[in-house]
Amino acid sequence: MNSATALLRRELRLAFRQGGDSLLVVMFFVLVVVLFPLGVGPEPGILARIGGGVIWVAALLAAMLSMDRLFQTDYDDGSLELLVLAPAPLEVLVLAKVAAHWLTTGLPLIIVSPLLALLLNLSPSGYGVLAAALALGTPSLSLIGAIGAALTLGARRGGVLLSLLVLPLFIPALIFGVSAVDAALLDLNSRPPLLILGALLLLALALCPWAAAAAIRQATE
Amino acid sequence: MTLASPTFSATFSATGLSCVRGERGVFGGLSFDVSSGQVLYLTGANGSGKSSLLRVLAGLIRPADGTLTWNGTPISDTRDTHRERVRYVGHHDAVKPVLTVAENLSFWINLSVSEIEAENDPVMNALDHFGLKTLADMPARFLSAGQKRRLNLSRLIAAPAPLWLLDEPTTAVDRAGIEALDHALARHLGNGGMAIIATHDPLTADVVNLDVSDFPFAADMDTV
Amino acid sequence: MHSFANPTRFLRLTRALQPWAAGVALVCLAAGLYFSLFASPADYQQSETVRIMYVHVPAAWMAMFCYVAMAAGSASFLIWRHRVADLVAKATAPIGASFTFLALVTGSLWGKPMWGTWWVWDARLTSVLILFFLYLGYMALYNAFDDQARGARAASVLALVGVVNVPIIKFSVDWWNTLHQPASVVRLDGPSIHPSMLTPLLLMAVGYTAFYAWVLFLRVRTEFAAEKIRALRFRQAAVPPARELKSQEG
Repeated sequence: MNSATALLRRELRLAFRQGGDSLLVVMFFVLVVVLFPLGVGPEPGILARIGGGVIWVAALLAAMLSMDRLFQTDYDDGSLELLVLAPAPLEVLVLAKVAAHWLTTGLPLIIVSPLLALLLNLSPSGYGVLAAALALGTPSLSLIGAIGAALTLGARRGGVLLSLLVLPLFIPALIFGVSAVDAALLDLNSRPPLLILGALLLLALALCPWAAAAAIRQATE
Repeated sequence: MTLASPTFSATFSATGLSCVRGERGVFGGLSFDVSSGQVLYLTGANGSGKSSLLRVLAGLIRPADGTLTWNGTPISDTRDTHRERVRYVGHHDAVKPVLTVAENLSFWINLSVSEIEAENDPVMNALDHFGLKTLADMPARFLSAGQKRRLNLSRLIAAPAPLWLLDEPTTAVDRAGIEALDHALARHLGNGGMAIIATHDPLTADVVNLDVSDFPFAADMDTV
Repeated sequence: MHSFANPTRFLRLTRALQPWAAGVALVCLAAGLYFSLFASPADYQQSETVRIMYVHVPAAWMAMFCYVAMAAGSASFLIWRHRVADLVAKATAPIGASFTFLALVTGSLWGKPMWGTWWVWDARLTSVLILFFLYLGYMALYNAFDDQARGARAASVLALVGVVNVPIIKFSVDWWNTLHQPASVVRLDGPSIHPSMLTPLLLMAVGYTAFYAWVLFLRVRTEFAAEKIRALRFRQAAVPPARELKSQEG
């Protein structure tokens, strides 16, 4: 556990010192969402209806954006080999890295999401559910993305390939995330989709560190 | 200055080791023994598989054939404990430019050993040994290639472990740095440690040599 | 299972079985197509469009079967390092992708007269679409590395991750309300489909499976031949210079 916290602290420190990533991801997120009113027209009724989906898709793309660097820098500078050789189980270390990724990219998205909901004329009754859905969904995105990031280490055109591999796997989170928000907006019960999102997160927690660690071992071989 | 290192006594052996990278056989039928207090220098032409051999010994690569044992126990059965025994220095220095020199080192120590002996301050001792003490609070991006390598080598003495696997450890390092490594190595061996070093110019004259080019991979069409 | 891991034995087996697979595939597909297109009754609800089923349903079965085969091959490759298993998985991917594509296209053609739309975003269709992307991702990842062995291992891990999708496809029609009709052949209480329709359906299924085996054997043997050529070429290129270098040093 000591090693995992050490790794988490180092990742956060790196993110903090390099600045950049978190801020860029949030800016990208906001920009993509802002493009939609310009693209489909500023009619409030339309925006309110598609708002939940737009925010989710933008969050998906923003999570993708920072994903290819999750293991790549460590791979390039040799740190990843040493992480594989560390006595702690690699799965736990992967989890620590994913946690750091979520704290620096997923969490800021959740924080700005009410602001974007406001811009898209979403009814205030949906804000809470939107934040809850993102809170349950974005960690799954980080976890699933970690598999893709580990698989594409050292690949030609790794970034594009990563999206091809990971976006289809993001679809379940997208479907239930959006249906939770839509249910709240239509005054329906949003508990079932939220519970499914939670189940997806638990499943991802159980499987993804294992798969990503296997992929990293292959990459450093 | 003294570094408190535990005393080890062990034998690390390889029997009939062979390695395949991609579809290419690198070496085959390679055997050796290293015991506490011994150093084994790996020599051989470029591409003969020195680096691959070290990665096999570290446990990064699964050998295509053959066994590695530690005191007679196959390491394939005890991968977790093997990782605690090994300090591997590869081609890359694993130095993060935005962290300070001391932060870089203490992270790797935290990752390798469960408890740091606070009274000994292993980070400062190790940096001092490799002449980096004055740079401790400097972001590592200001380090030269040689200084980065020294920082990487400091891991060896800051977090002691019985088996050192060093791949061309003196690349970019100046004479003082080589001397520092030589001293650290002598003390490591004196404490019962062992080392396997891939190099073109062995540090000391009286050494055991293993020329990896002597073990070409015997390609057998049916096993491809 | 492990005895097939020996490449020589596996090659001998494929050489022996390939003509049989080809024969069964051709006979069953011909008979199946005759029965399904001419010698079976039209459905009282769906009229003639029901004939799409004989192409669509076995394709969907094969889409999943191929994925499971690919994942099993990948698992055996990752765990036991069986080279044959990897080649089977690699050879299965494009075949499985083609079956999946066929299932999606015929499903869409069937959907237009039945549901009045080419495509609906229900659980079954979406999860099959994801399956198609998984096949494409597997093939792209396999070829994305300069080191072939690395691509093989990475793609195998991906194939295993994607297995999660298979039960979702299978049970999506039971778990969610959907336009797609539930299973009517593979059911615990026996098939709920009339024998006059079941015969051509099963003939087609056997034909598809034999076709898969035929193409699989062909592709695996091609892979082996290609690998042998690469190995020979490498040995030709690598051996003499290494000797020269050594003699110079000595």
